[in-house]
Amino acid sequence: MLELKNIHLTFNKGTVNEKKALQGVDLTLKDGDFVTVIGGNGAGKSTMLNVISGVFPADEGSIVLDGKDITRLREYKRSAYISRVFQDPLLGTAANMNIEENLALAARRGKSRGLKWGMKKGEVEEYRELLKGLELGLENRTGQKVGTLSGGQRQALTLLMASLSNPRLLLLDEHTAALDPKTAKKVLALTDEIIKRDKLTAIMITHNMNDAITHGNRLIMMNAGKIIFDVEGEEKKKLTIGDLLEKFETITGEEMASDKLILSK
Amino acid sequence: MNIIDIVRALPGGLAQGLMWAVLALGVYVSYKILDFADLSVDGSLATGGAVAIISIEAGLPALLAMLFAFLAGALAGALTATLNTKLKIPPILSGILTMSALYSINMHILREKPNVSVPSSASTYNGMFAKLFSLSVIDDKNVLTIISCVIAIAAVIAIMYWFFGTEIGSAVRATGCNEKMAKAQGINTDMTKYIALMMSNGLAALSGALIAQYNFSADVNMATGTIVIGLASVVIGELIVGNRFSFWVKLLGVVLGSMIYRLIFTIAVGLGMNTNDLKLIASIIIVITLCVPTIKAKIAGRKKNART
Repeated sequence: MLELKNIHLTFNKGTVNEKKALQGVDLTLKDGDFVTVIGGNGAGKSTMLNVISGVFPADEGSIVLDGKDITRLREYKRSAYISRVFQDPLLGTAANMNIEENLALAARRGKSRGLKWGMKKGEVEEYRELLKGLELGLENRTGQKVGTLSGGQRQALTLLMASLSNPRLLLLDEHTAALDPKTAKKVLALTDEIIKRDKLTAIMITHNMNDAITHGNRLIMMNAGKIIFDVEGEEKKKLTIGDLLEKFETITGEEMASDKLILSK
Repeated sequence: MNIIDIVRALPGGLAQGLMWAVLALGVYVSYKILDFADLSVDGSLATGGAVAIISIEAGLPALLAMLFAFLAGALAGALTATLNTKLKIPPILSGILTMSALYSINMHILREKPNVSVPSSASTYNGMFAKLFSLSVIDDKNVLTIISCVIAIAAVIAIMYWFFGTEIGSAVRATGCNEKMAKAQGINTDMTKYIALMMSNGLAALSGALIAQYNFSADVNMATGTIVIGLASVVIGELIVGNRFSFWVKLLGVVLGSMIYRLIFTIAVGLGMNTNDLKLIASIIIVITLCVPTIKAKIAGRKKNART
């Protein structure tokens, strides 16, 4: 359903700060795939998601989603098919608007916006039902500004928003990294639940190797702007953290340098 | 001057406050809702005044003249939006460029003259109302202005309240609050910026049209320092109303802010203040109102430290 072909992207081309962020990424996703992505800092994980979602246009290569070439499609138009949750919990929601308004914005993702009232009658009731599922007590606070919520609550809300209006693809960019361990676990469980319930195709970047192994049906490892390891199904289930570290060393010839990666077992 | 003179000056001050309140509502759209410090109002207010006076001079009715003024202002806003969204020029610079370009354009609209007047018998909105209530355009100028401005402001607030509740209006608010999120929710943030800046500058021009008709003349320099006046009204309004109330109360707060700002001015001048110092006072008022939250936080912090 998603096909990345030979994606290249270089930042600050021709200057001293030149950074080859992506150097030929090829990736094909099947419907319902849930891919976890690992790799050191600067491996190109976030850049890859940003190229898919249209934040950065690719220098070279093509992106095809459901048979439609979206390589040149603008970011806000891609949002009709692709929903996102960012690492920073503050980025996914509008702080000055209340919970129901945020959900109403997400419910209109990919639809044309007109001069109709921003929220239909009965919409709030639907949102209350959805919020109940988060078990955070937000269903009774729909009129409250999102800025007053905690990071974990905001991230759970962002996830709920990302699941609205039937996205084809869900992109999660280390969406639990900024949360405390307990909340991170909760949000991750919620992620699994939503992906399963709505049968979403998803890509999740994580710094936590254990999460990368236990979640999803497929795992890819990135280094220096390329996908260096791609495993799925039964083979992926049997992986251990030791296997991954070893794999990294044999492929790249260096040790996995990031303490964060090793420590976050 | 003495107390009597100050009291005598109050109706004029009130009328001024209401005319400039329309500008303040425009600045609220760009500065508070879109979070875009737009300086182009320093030009578009005079554009509005110039277009209105030239239209009235040509014999058009006041309402049509004001519609043209609004559209001219909206066009100026579109220019700022183009510079920012299509040509990627930073917000402040986009506004300054438009403001500066508008000076030349305003001179052309005023037929290369710095100042164009119409006789008091011309069909300004005051003239319209004067006929309706059989009042004198000159003697009852302030009363007439207050009536028509109250009507205009009520209409503007009603339209803003409606618009920012619609799907597009919500998209504009989301853009101002968190652009990254807005894009992720499929909002065309270029378009929402166009809408907000056109609305903001249109209102500034409408305000200029009201002021020019009140004075029976348009002056190419009438908009100098407009942004400071607009910002002062917005921050004073926010200081009074705070964040607790619904949207239309906040808008009413901005109108109140504009009136209070004028009141301070009227009294300052009444007390013999040099009119050349007014811009300085305006800046000081803004600095004081803007730093109130910081000072409050500092005092709160000190109290906390004292306790521990």
